[in-house]
Amino acid sequence: MATLEIQALELQIGEKLVCRNLNLCIQENERWGLLGKNGAGKTTLLHSLLGLRPITSGHILIDGKELAKLPRMELAAKIGILFQQGLSTLPATVFETVMLGRHPHVQSLLRDNPADVAIAHKALAAFDLDALSDREIDTLSGGELQRLSLAMLVAQTPQIFLLDEPSNHLDVAFQVKLLSILEQKISEQSACLLMATHDINLAARFCDRIILLKDEGEFLIGERDEILNEENLSAAYNCPIKSLSGEGRTLFYPL
Amino acid sequence: MNPIANHRPRDFFLISNKQFLLFALLSILAIISILLSLLSGSVDISVSQLLNNLFHAENNLQTQVLQEIRIPRTIAAFTTGGLLALSGVIMQVLLRNPLADPYILGISGGAAVGALSAILLGLSGLWLSNAAFFGALLSILLVFGIANKFGNWSVTRLLLTGVVVSAGWGAVINILLTTSSTNNVQSMLFWLMGDLSQSRVGLAHFGLLVLGLAGGLMLSRSLNVLIRGELVAASLGIDVRALRLILYFSASVFTATAVTIAGSVGFVGLIVPHMLRLMGARDHRLLIPCSILLGGSFLVIADSLARTIIAPQQLPVGVVTAIIGVPAFIIILRTTIRK
Repeated sequence: MATLEIQALELQIGEKLVCRNLNLCIQENERWGLLGKNGAGKTTLLHSLLGLRPITSGHILIDGKELAKLPRMELAAKIGILFQQGLSTLPATVFETVMLGRHPHVQSLLRDNPADVAIAHKALAAFDLDALSDREIDTLSGGELQRLSLAMLVAQTPQIFLLDEPSNHLDVAFQVKLLSILEQKISEQSACLLMATHDINLAARFCDRIILLKDEGEFLIGERDEILNEENLSAAYNCPIKSLSGEGRTLFYPL
Repeated sequence: MNPIANHRPRDFFLISNKQFLLFALLSILAIISILLSLLSGSVDISVSQLLNNLFHAENNLQTQVLQEIRIPRTIAAFTTGGLLALSGVIMQVLLRNPLADPYILGISGGAAVGALSAILLGLSGLWLSNAAFFGALLSILLVFGIANKFGNWSVTRLLLTGVVVSAGWGAVINILLTTSSTNNVQSMLFWLMGDLSQSRVGLAHFGLLVLGLAGGLMLSRSLNVLIRGELVAASLGIDVRALRLILYFSASVFTATAVTIAGSVGFVGLIVPHMLRLMGARDHRLLIPCSILLGGSFLVIADSLARTIIAPQQLPVGVVTAIIGVPAFIIILRTTIRK
């Protein structure tokens, strides 16, 4: 079971209001997309859901328990995040890095548990990184680093996935692969997911519910097909956006 | 080749055989360096005499030299080197900066002002050590107080504060040097370069090193995570604020202690962690014990050379650490093939 509940959330960055009176409940097997223009506060919102930055008012509940009252390790075992800024590339190997994802689960002080090692290797293999296991991370390409960050998150085996621009640096094949891996992890781990993205079509393809941030703390929230339309998107991005339907899909593109 | 089999952890705590080998070699180096230090000096002591004296004390010159001069000095050198290397590792994680060393936040500057003032006042021995320690403590609190104001304790702010406070201490040191008598300047320069000939080391100093090793190992996994960035660490369950406070104060106390024993011996705290990282020890579970071993051995060897190269005169050990450290580091940098 995994739920992330937000009650009457108000969030501010300096003078800028990100959202006011945001209420939602993300439940098991749900996939939520977080859209909004640059600087709308998508990253800020994701970070606040992990307690990485203070909220102005409201409540964030994880499985019904107040976020601030949960022990950090317990929280980290439950919620994982993919950051938009990649990993710092101070020297380490790919394998050493993916093992860090196991940190919230590690029991022994010094030894690596074979079960953790196996999980880390499976996560690497899922993103086709197993052959690079011994490589230095500062020799990786942008796409490989992004896949490594994703593998680290998968190795963390969270029940709530928060992703900030997961498709950054990924070619189309890996974007599709990423979605299928996430889909599989969500069903295996009875997890749920919230991804912030600038790629409307990625969200339209993968997410079943959408939060669309607008100016002045306003937002739209609901089923994908209710929210994603030309009118809402054009208003939110302050740019005319058209849609094109075919083969059971709708594609959005700016004019 | 199956990558999973490749990484199966062995029965010991370390991750791979290659890394265990590094630890084993450094342990041997430590033993050799200590023996070398005990055997070198103006009084000839053979290996058999050494072993005899270590296990049953006899009342002769060799015993006296060993017990009163060489053993304490070797312990002082090893403790200082170990503390500096440990502090260097911690500072590099705390500041996430490869150029960080134990002195970057101004601790040695504060200690130097304390020590030089004591020399100026004609104090020596324990008073000199106390003055140095007091100066270091003052600097630790000063930097923390300034950097911590307004609750914004960012890496950049801490680093800038440390560098600026260091520069301030540097100015005071120069004033003290230029206004002192030639006689005092000689002792002051020895202190500034790092010198073990006047050092007194007690069990407490060595105990601190052991404590540092234990604490460092306990925090080593967290250090592995913190070095990837503060946000990453916080998202993986680490109390970043508390950890950074622990790191700042522990590294400061290790540095202050080292500086109190031997003055500001340069180079060990910067170079030893980097050498080991280049040799593959990035995991702090391995890097911390290895740094203590290599830092300790390095200073023991440097000190043995410092007191024998131009005997009966002694060189400040800080000069020797740079003379052997620079080429050693360049060789390792050039021979390490990156994958």
